[in-house]
Amino acid sequence: MTDATSSQVPAAAPSPARSSLLTQSALMKKRNAAEARFKAYGVAAICVSLSVLAIMLWTIFSDGVSAFKQASLTFPVTLDADALDPKGNRERAEMMRVTTIGYTKLLNAQLLAHLEARGISTEGVSDKDVAAFISRDTPARLRDMVLEQPELLGQTITVEGFATGRIDGYIKGRVTRDTAALDTNISVAQLDLADRMQDEGILDTKFNWGFLTNPDASDQRPEAAGLGVALIGSAYMMALVVIMVLPLGVAASIYLEEFAPRNRWTDLIEVNISNLAAVPSIVYGILGLAIFINFAKFPQSSPLVGALVLTLMTLPTIIIATRAAIRAVPPSIRDAALGVGASKMQTVFHHVLPLAAPGILTGTILGLASALGETAPLLLIGMVAFVANYPAGPLDGGVLDPATALPVQVYSWASRSDPAFIERSAGAIIVLLAFLVTMNIIAIILRRRFERRW
Amino acid sequence: MSVFFLIIVLGVLAIAGFVLGRGRALASVQGNTRRLHSLPGYYAWHGAIMAFLPAMAVLTLWLIAQPLIIERQLADYFPAEQFENDSQRILLMADVRRVAEGLDVAVAAGALTPQDAETITVADGSVRERLGAVGVALGAEVTPEVLDAAQSYRALASTGALGRAIVTLIVALAGLAYALRITNGDFRARNRVEAVILGVLILASTIAILTTIGIVMSMLSETIRFSSMYPFKDFLFGLTWQPSFQGGSELGLIPLLWGTLYISLVAMIVAVPTGLFTAIYLAEYASPRVRSIIKPLIEVIAGIPTVVFGLFALVTVGPFLRDWFAVPTGLGSSGSSVMTAGLVIGVLNIPFISSLADDIINAVPQSLRDGSYGLGATKSETVRQVILPAALPGIVGAILLAASRAIGETMIVTMGAGAAAKLDLNPFEAMTTITVKIVSQLTGDTEFNSPETLVAFALGMTLFVITLGLNIFALWVVRKYREQYE
Repeated sequence: MTDATSSQVPAAAPSPARSSLLTQSALMKKRNAAEARFKAYGVAAICVSLSVLAIMLWTIFSDGVSAFKQASLTFPVTLDADALDPKGNRERAEMMRVTTIGYTKLLNAQLLAHLEARGISTEGVSDKDVAAFISRDTPARLRDMVLEQPELLGQTITVEGFATGRIDGYIKGRVTRDTAALDTNISVAQLDLADRMQDEGILDTKFNWGFLTNPDASDQRPEAAGLGVALIGSAYMMALVVIMVLPLGVAASIYLEEFAPRNRWTDLIEVNISNLAAVPSIVYGILGLAIFINFAKFPQSSPLVGALVLTLMTLPTIIIATRAAIRAVPPSIRDAALGVGASKMQTVFHHVLPLAAPGILTGTILGLASALGETAPLLLIGMVAFVANYPAGPLDGGVLDPATALPVQVYSWASRSDPAFIERSAGAIIVLLAFLVTMNIIAIILRRRFERRW
Repeated sequence: MSVFFLIIVLGVLAIAGFVLGRGRALASVQGNTRRLHSLPGYYAWHGAIMAFLPAMAVLTLWLIAQPLIIERQLADYFPAEQFENDSQRILLMADVRRVAEGLDVAVAAGALTPQDAETITVADGSVRERLGAVGVALGAEVTPEVLDAAQSYRALASTGALGRAIVTLIVALAGLAYALRITNGDFRARNRVEAVILGVLILASTIAILTTIGIVMSMLSETIRFSSMYPFKDFLFGLTWQPSFQGGSELGLIPLLWGTLYISLVAMIVAVPTGLFTAIYLAEYASPRVRSIIKPLIEVIAGIPTVVFGLFALVTVGPFLRDWFAVPTGLGSSGSSVMTAGLVIGVLNIPFISSLADDIINAVPQSLRDGSYGLGATKSETVRQVILPAALPGIVGAILLAASRAIGETMIVTMGAGAAAKLDLNPFEAMTTITVKIVSQLTGDTEFNSPETLVAFALGMTLFVITLGLNIFALWVVRKYREQYE
C-alpha cells in the first residue's frame, strides 16, 4: 500500500530540506533569536530594578551625607555684663528679662568687631548681612549658657555656633553663586565674605553631632534641626512593640499551630490573619485614631499609641513567621517528649519553643525592621506634629509625651519649603537605613548561627 | 487607693500565693515530692494565678462599669433633654470631669480644704478663677449644675474607689484562700495551670479577629455618621472633590478613585513585566551562584521604607520627568504627577511580584519542563507555552495582590502624586488618591464632627473594601484555577 501510494505521487514528495546540525535553518535562527531576546529581557528587567535601586541610594546618600557636616562660626565674645544683666545683681529672674534679641545684638556687634580686628574686609556687605551669618539658634544657646553660669558675665569666651542655612549650603556646595544671585536671602557679596572668613578659620565645617541629638527646629533655622526627639520616639515605640508583639505573636502562633482544633473558628482566625497582613498600613492608622485616641482618649502623638498601632500592624507578619518556625521543628521531638510523659503544654514550652526560638527571633527582628520604617499610620495619630521638647524618661511617663518618629521626621522635613531641609531629610534616611541594615544583619547572623536543618 | 497601687498589692498577693502554694503542697506530703500529682512549681503557679487573676478581672470590670454608673447617677442634675442628646451629654460629662479634677488639684495644692471643695458654690465667687490660680484652666465659667454634679461626682468617685479597693482585695484573698485550701498532694495543679495558659493562648489568637472587628467597627460607625451629614450617593458618585471647612463642600469619590486607579495602572505596567521577567530569569536561566547574589539584592528593594521611595519621587524622579518629558512635550509643568508616583510604586512592587512569581514558577514540576525540552522546545518556548500557562493562576493572584498594595500605598503618592483631585487622562498632571486625601483630611488638629473630616473614614472604608476584595479575589483565583500536580 505504502509503496503504491508513494510511487503514484513522486512529484508531491517534499524535497528534503538540506538541514544539518552545523548550519541553522531559517526557522531555527528565528527561534534562537527569540530565545536570546527573551533572555535579554530577563537581564534587562534585573538591570532596571537594580539600577533604580542604585540610583535611589546614591542620590539619597549624596544628598544626605552633608547633613552630618555643619558650617560653624567660631569667634571670641566678650559677655558684656551691662547689656546682659542690666541690674547687675546676677539674679536669674532679672537676667531672664534679657531676651534672645539682646544676645543677638551682642553677638552681631562682636562678630563685626572680630572681623575688623582680623582685618577681614566686609566691603559690599552691610552690617545686617554680616549679622545674618549667625544662626538664630546661637543667641538662644548662648542665653541658656549664661543663665546656667552667670559667673561667665564679663569674661571673654569663644563662641562656636552654627552658620545660617544658606552659608552652610554654600560651604557644602548646595548654594552656588548662580543660585545666590537669584535668592533674596543671600547675596554674592556675602558668599565672597564667607570665602574670606573660611580662609581665616572663622568659618569652618565640623561633624554635626547636633543632627543626631537636637530636637526639630522651625522653618527659619534648618541648620539647628536634629533627630533627637525622633530617635527617642522611635526607640520608645520599638521597645513597646517588642514587649507587646512578641508574647502576643508567640502565644497566638502556639495555639494555632499546636492546640487549635480544625474547625470553623480557627479557620476564621487563619483567614483573618492572612487578610490583615494585606490590609494597607494607613487603615491601621485610622483604627488607631478612632479607637486609641478618640475612644480610649490616649494622648495624641504619643509613642504609646504609635506602638499599639504598629503592634497590631506587625502582629500578622510575626504570627506567620513564628508559625513557620514552630512548624519547622520536627514532630519526632514532640513525640519523644510526649513519650517520656510530658504534657502537651510541657512539650511545647520545654522543647518546641526553645528549638523554634532562633526562627522566631529572626522573624521578629524583620517584623520590627518593617515597623521601624512605617510612616503612614503614624501620620494619622499625630506624630507628624512639630515637637521641640524631648519626651520624659521611660519611667516618668515619657511614652505618653508627644514625640515623632524617624520616618515621620523624614516626611515632615521633605514637605518643608527650604531646600536645606531636603538635605536633613536625606540625612535622616541614612540614619534610618543604618538601623535597618543593622537589624537585618543581626537577623542574618542569627539565622546562620542558630538555625538548624533537621 | 489608686489603681496602680492596687495592682501592686495584687502582685504582692500573687507572690505570696506562689510561695504559700508551693509550701503547702510540699507540707501536705511531708516534703516527698514524688507523692505530689504535679511538680511543685505548678502548685506555686496555681496559688499565684488564683490570687491574681480573678481579682484582676473584677478590677477591670469595675473600671469599665464605674464611669457608666456614675454618669447615670448624675443625670438628675441636668435637664432631661440635654442629657438625652448624645453629643451634649458627652460635652457635659467632660465638663463635670474637668471641674472635679480641678477641685482635686486644688485640694492637693492646698488652695481649698476638703470641706470647701465639697461645699463650694457658685455664690462663693468665681470657681474658675480659684481653680485657675492652682493651674487648672477651664474654658468657661462653671455653671451651678456642673459644679453640683462635679461635687457629687467626686463623692461618688471616692466611694467607688474605696469599694473598688475593698472588693478587689476580698476577691484576691478569697482566691488565695481557696487555692491554699484545695492544695494537697492529690490536687491536679498542672491541669488547672495548663487550662489557664491555654485560655491565654486562645485569647492571644483572637486578637487578629478583634483587630478586624475594630477596623470594621471604627470605620463603619464614622462612615454612618458621615452619611447622616452628607448624602452618601453624592459621595459615591460625585464628580468633584472640593472640601471647604466653611461648609458647602463637594466630596465626590470618583476623582480620587480615578487618580488611585490611574496611578496603580501605571505602577502595574512597570512592575508586572519587570517583576515577571526578573522571576523567569532567576528561576529558569540564572545559575545558582548568580541567583544567590541577585535575589537578595532585588529583595533589598522590598526592605526599604516607602518614605524613602517617597523622597526619591519628590527630589529625583519628579523633577527628572518634568524637565525631560513633561515640559519638552508640553504636557505639564508639575514635578508631582501620575507618572512620578506610578513609576516609583512600580519599582517598589517589582520585588513583590518577582518573589511571588519565583515561588510559583519553581512550584511547576520539573517533568513538564523535561517533556517540553524533549519535544525540542527552546527554553523561552518552554517558559511561554508550558510554564507560564501552568503557573498562570498563581501569577494572576500575585498581580492582584500587588495591585492591592499599589492601591493602598500612601507615602509615595503623598509625596509624589500631588494634591489636586482631577479627572484627567494626562499622566504628567498632578492627581490625587484616596490615601492622600485620608492623610490630608485627618492630620493636624481635627474635631470629628464635620463631614470634611469624617469623609476620611468613608474613604478608609472604601480603601479597605477595595483591597480586601482584591485579596479575596486573588485567593479565590489561585484556589479555583490551581493545577494539581501529584
